[in-house]
Amino acid sequence: MYRFEGGVTMKSTTGSAHLEWVAHVVRVRDARDEAAFAELFRHFAPRVKAFLMKSGASASLAEECAQEVMATVWHKAHLFDPSRASVATWVFTIARNRRIDALRKQRRPEPEDLGWGPEAEPDQAEVLDLQQESARLTEALRLLPEKQRVLVERAYFGDLSHSEIAEETGLPLGTIKSRIRLALERLRHAMS
Amino acid sequence: MSIKHHLTDALLMAYSAGELPEAFNLVVATHVSLCDECRARLASFDAVGGAVLEECEDASMTPDALAATMERIRMGSGAPIHTDAATRRHLSALFPAPLRDYVGGDIDAVKWRPVGGGVRQAILPTSKDASVRLLHIPAGAAVPDHGHRGLELTQVLKGAFRDEHDRFGAGDIEVATEADVHTPVAEPGEDCICLAATDAPLKFTGLLPRLAQPFFRI
Repeated sequence: MYRFEGGVTMKSTTGSAHLEWVAHVVRVRDARDEAAFAELFRHFAPRVKAFLMKSGASASLAEECAQEVMATVWHKAHLFDPSRASVATWVFTIARNRRIDALRKQRRPEPEDLGWGPEAEPDQAEVLDLQQESARLTEALRLLPEKQRVLVERAYFGDLSHSEIAEETGLPLGTIKSRIRLALERLRHAMS
Repeated sequence: MSIKHHLTDALLMAYSAGELPEAFNLVVATHVSLCDECRARLASFDAVGGAVLEECEDASMTPDALAATMERIRMGSGAPIHTDAATRRHLSALFPAPLRDYVGGDIDAVKWRPVGGGVRQAILPTSKDASVRLLHIPAGAAVPDHGHRGLELTQVLKGAFRDEHDRFGAGDIEVATEADVHTPVAEPGEDCICLAATDAPLKFTGLLPRLAQPFFRI
């Protein structure tokens, strides 16, 4: 089992909020901690609701879906891998899939799950790196020129068709990709 | 598996944003299951989605939303439903989990139909905005020459094919647009099995395949 509270000293505040949310999900996973869940709920549920409304859902449908998404967070806490995603990223993927299901009435084929064996718990340093990189990416999105940022947001709100989605986001994705690649290699090694 | 031909950034981002037709989603999910490079790139586009979510202004939840969600949890709502895609592939299986899910099994469960020239296909059920099928091309045989409107994705699962431009082996994905008129030929020695999706019906340039097109639902 990995522990984050007290075990990791951050050199800067970059990613510390992200690391906090990881610790909350771990408490939900290991202790079914309702107080930790309530804090996750207060932060993420209103964002998920806003995300779904911007994607075209009515306020009542968005409210219902946001509750469903948060219930999924509770039930699937054991599947969250903090060396490959921030909590915000993980919640986004659950909300996106809920949107496809609710608004488009389609199945969404997902890649084969790699899963974590008991011997393949994520490495703390990798978790720290990934969470910091996620915080930097959020900052980079905030700093994009207005026009470019709106285009990226519209793509994720489902406002652009796939042929309108541009090849270039203007976001620095190279580092975060390399970090995830390393985590995958470690996982493959542990599986073989 | 050494993979040389990968998904484009635009396709990975569209898949991450949830904007691809179901048929393309299946091909992307199949490729990502086989290719850790594209899995890592996809995860970085999911991270962009996470950043967009993080930056969303709050829409206030109803006052009893948390209590209602705890009640949902107690009722088992949002609990994981076991699907085949969640399980890891047996080592002897050819199809990754998402494809196995659509076929209802591995290669031996495919209901093939002949389409001429020894080529067989099986159309998989998806939403109508695009179509996806499995192709079985005998070693050395050609897939009929075709152009296509829109986009075509071809994922090689077994064997290999060549066209005028390149070679595509097991694990590789070919991303072709309407500008590409090509003649893929399966390499000699081994039959080639591919998963191919298009967002428009293929238009064959030969007379006979064109007449056959409505009949075979290509």
